[in-house]
Amino acid sequence: MSLLEVVDYSLAFDGFEGTHQVLDAIDLAVDVGETVGLVGETGCGKSVLAKSLLKLNDIPPARILSGSIRFDGRDLLALDETALRAIRGGGIAMIFQDPMTFLNPVFSIGDQMAEVIRARDRADNRKRGARDVRAAAAALLAAVRLPDAAALLDRYPHELSGGMRQRVLIAMALAGHARLLVADEPTTALDVTIQSQVLALLADLVAAQGLTLLLISHDLGVIGALCRRIVVMYAGTIVEDAPAAQLFDRPLHPYTQGLLAAVPDIGRPERRLAGIPGSIPNLLAPPAGCRFHPRCPLAIERCRRERPALRRIAAGQRVACHLAEPV
Amino acid sequence: MTVASPDVAARLARLRVEHAGAIRQARLFVWTFARSASAMVGLVLVLAFLVLAAGGPSIVPYPDDATGAMNLAARLQPPSGAHWFGTDEMGNDILTRVVVGTRTSLWVGLIITGVAALIGVPLGVAAGYLGGAVRQVIMRVTDVFLSVPGLVLAIAIVAALGSGVLNGVIALSLVWWPGYVRLIEAKTLTIKHEPFVEAARAVGASRRRILFIHLLPNCFSPLIVKMSMDMGLAILAAASLGFIGLGAKPPAPEWGAMISVARTYMPTWWWYAFFPGLFIYLTVLGFNLFGDGLRDVLDPRASRS
Amino acid sequence: MTALVEAVGLTKHYAVRHGWRRHGALRAVDGIDLTVPEGAAVGLVGESGCGKSTVARLLLRLVEPTAGTVRFAGRDITGLDELGLRPLRREMQLIFQNPHAALNPRRTLFASIAEPLVIQAGLGGAALRARVEHLMDDVGLPAQFLWRYPHELSGGQKQRVCIARALALEPRLVILDEPTSALDVSVQAQILAFLAELRARRGLTYLLISHNLAVVRQVCDEVAVMYLGRIVEHGPVAEVFAAPRHPYTRALLAAVLPPRAGALPTVALAGDPPSALELSRGCRFAPRCPLAEPVCRPTDPALDPVSHDHRVACLLARRAPASPSTA
Repeated sequence: MSLLEVVDYSLAFDGFEGTHQVLDAIDLAVDVGETVGLVGETGCGKSVLAKSLLKLNDIPPARILSGSIRFDGRDLLALDETALRAIRGGGIAMIFQDPMTFLNPVFSIGDQMAEVIRARDRADNRKRGARDVRAAAAALLAAVRLPDAAALLDRYPHELSGGMRQRVLIAMALAGHARLLVADEPTTALDVTIQSQVLALLADLVAAQGLTLLLISHDLGVIGALCRRIVVMYAGTIVEDAPAAQLFDRPLHPYTQGLLAAVPDIGRPERRLAGIPGSIPNLLAPPAGCRFHPRCPLAIERCRRERPALRRIAAGQRVACHLAEPV
Repeated sequence: MTVASPDVAARLARLRVEHAGAIRQARLFVWTFARSASAMVGLVLVLAFLVLAAGGPSIVPYPDDATGAMNLAARLQPPSGAHWFGTDEMGNDILTRVVVGTRTSLWVGLIITGVAALIGVPLGVAAGYLGGAVRQVIMRVTDVFLSVPGLVLAIAIVAALGSGVLNGVIALSLVWWPGYVRLIEAKTLTIKHEPFVEAARAVGASRRRILFIHLLPNCFSPLIVKMSMDMGLAILAAASLGFIGLGAKPPAPEWGAMISVARTYMPTWWWYAFFPGLFIYLTVLGFNLFGDGLRDVLDPRASRS
Repeated sequence: MTALVEAVGLTKHYAVRHGWRRHGALRAVDGIDLTVPEGAAVGLVGESGCGKSTVARLLLRLVEPTAGTVRFAGRDITGLDELGLRPLRREMQLIFQNPHAALNPRRTLFASIAEPLVIQAGLGGAALRARVEHLMDDVGLPAQFLWRYPHELSGGQKQRVCIARALALEPRLVILDEPTSALDVSVQAQILAFLAELRARRGLTYLLISHNLAVVRQVCDEVAVMYLGRIVEHGPVAEVFAAPRHPYTRALLAAVLPPRAGALPTVALAGDPPSALELSRGCRFAPRCPLAEPVCRPTDPALDPVSHDHRVACLLARRAPASPSTA
């Protein structure tokens, strides 16, 4: 059974100029132990989708138009605040680009870790003394390879570097025994050498603890490094969903092809980069039919009229394009 | 007329194109503002007080009562059809006096915030933009002023100058500016390091050009917000001076001075103090809500935490 | 090729104060020598806080150097005041990382693009308008955008406006400070192609500051690598990237994630870079260097040539033969 199941989920934002169709009929299932990458450019809706998993989008201005989100068999959209809080602490953990938004500047790292650990203990009907909780916190910090974990417990978030803060958040996710880790651009704000440390850590945790990972990034390199499966989003729709190696070797959607042709590759400097002409559509009035058709070099009449369904084309590969042929 | 109209139409069309951005922005402002119920309440209150101040003596039922007539037969009457807000100890119509007092209060508020901004903005910009010793001197003097309660300092100044509306306004203006220095200095410091200022320097813009084209216009939003919120507070402060007998003197129709006399008639003749008090309350509330709404429109980053 | 810009011993120290007391200096840029040949594209790479953006501002004389000289087209411009610099400002321009912050939010795009022409050429009226419209056309934007405000444009469009403003005075040198790192990859590819075309057409000289080594590989002829205020390696980009001699350059290259599946980065460096406030004696990279030997601690290595156009600041690089790339 899938751990996470998003079915026909559509979300809109009401604004000054009208209604933005931000997510359109999203279909996505993530199995236990999978590492799935969600990739796309600004405004494609990948972060909105990630927040939707924890109902973190404010309603209004957001409005759910259709669909359901199930986590571990439970309908998340039907849960009340209390039940959601339990899921946010325990079932699904989220880490963001800027860890400071999720660390309270006035409490020490140890206090904030202890809070998560105690919440988990309450859920498990377990009682521990302050010293045991502290030891557990230190052990978790050591597990995310933070040096000198015991001393770190008494430090405050602002005394830590960006890479260290991101690790503290990962440690908190571990403390809550999260089954699904949603990481939204976790290394975008970090330097490359620190990025490799954090990515290597995430890879090890996924392998060692059986964590399910949904990684959101604009960087195909980061996604490729960690994820076995890649989901490509464009203008609020999923355009392609494929095993990572297959997606890089044989992208079937014209947008995925365009995206790959635009990424500079340090190993292939002779390759000329090609941008995708035009710009992302205005989601107030998204293009009829396929949302990519105004920028698509292959578009035919049918693309202008008819919205392509996300079809299974090859083993494990789904594509939303009228022109994609089974291989 | 018929000859000129195509030309006028063309010019209008061109204006519409060249100001399309500004027009869209204005529509967004109106939309954002109108979505907030409290901002609209503030706007209605502020507009109502502006109408009352503009109308003044010409719209009140008993214009003669404004300057203090004597009609002892009708003294201290409760609110009625003839006197909606009742009458005072001289038999003057309180509605008349409160409405006429609106003009004084708005003027007082406008002058105090205006003078404070005129003093505070140049000092704030100088401190933020020039930095160094200039900034140290300006900010330390500002700190000294901020460390003394404004109203107490104003009372001391009025005591030295002698009481009266004008002296009250002068005193309050002199203690009101430090907040503006703080605000503008902080704003200037942030804007000074924005890349667009660096870009202007990189093309050889003079200091004067950076100041007037890049720094000051970007300080306007928070300035307007602060001024509209301060209007209410300045009116309250002026009324306080009137209340302790250092501002306007009875029988001048000033709200603070009216309450000052009226408090001896509490609680039996409650309406005498109640209605001037209500007007003070509504102006302060109105300007605060209005300013809050303006902030949501002009300075969205400040209100979103 | 003659040098268009030449920095010798360029240094910028910031005094660090707590209240009134001076607490030492932050050595943002610490005695660097850098030459940008006329017509070349030189990349300046390094992680955040290494001082690369300060170098750009020192070369443009937007920041006062603590020591050292800057020569532009053979002329010493270190001592010039704002008035003396004004004619030189036509020759050298800067493009910023965040195009949104680089445009005054209260001014129309026309006013922003016109500014250099008003200041430097005293243009006005119809001549100014024609010139600005021509520039808009040059960067591929429709003329009706001129009357819009920055927030109404997409990131890529705003960066084009910034390029138009920088080109208005027909400069010889353009310093690009992370010009595409705030943009999506499909837009990045468009802007990079456009910048390459401009350089070919107008014979521009570029100094490209970037943390993205793949972009530098694509655009530049030469690359200089900075670490904590010093240049540690400088040479032809193909040679440096194929056979890096400095251990830090190697670590940076190892951290690059190519757009491919399963390319998990090797963690070449542990820990965070030290703050520029607490620099160790000797080689600054020694505390993190996997190869450091006792000799590295007391000796500060100079940027010495290892071949005729390749220089490295490492005591070990000259001793050992170049090892193959780890990237």
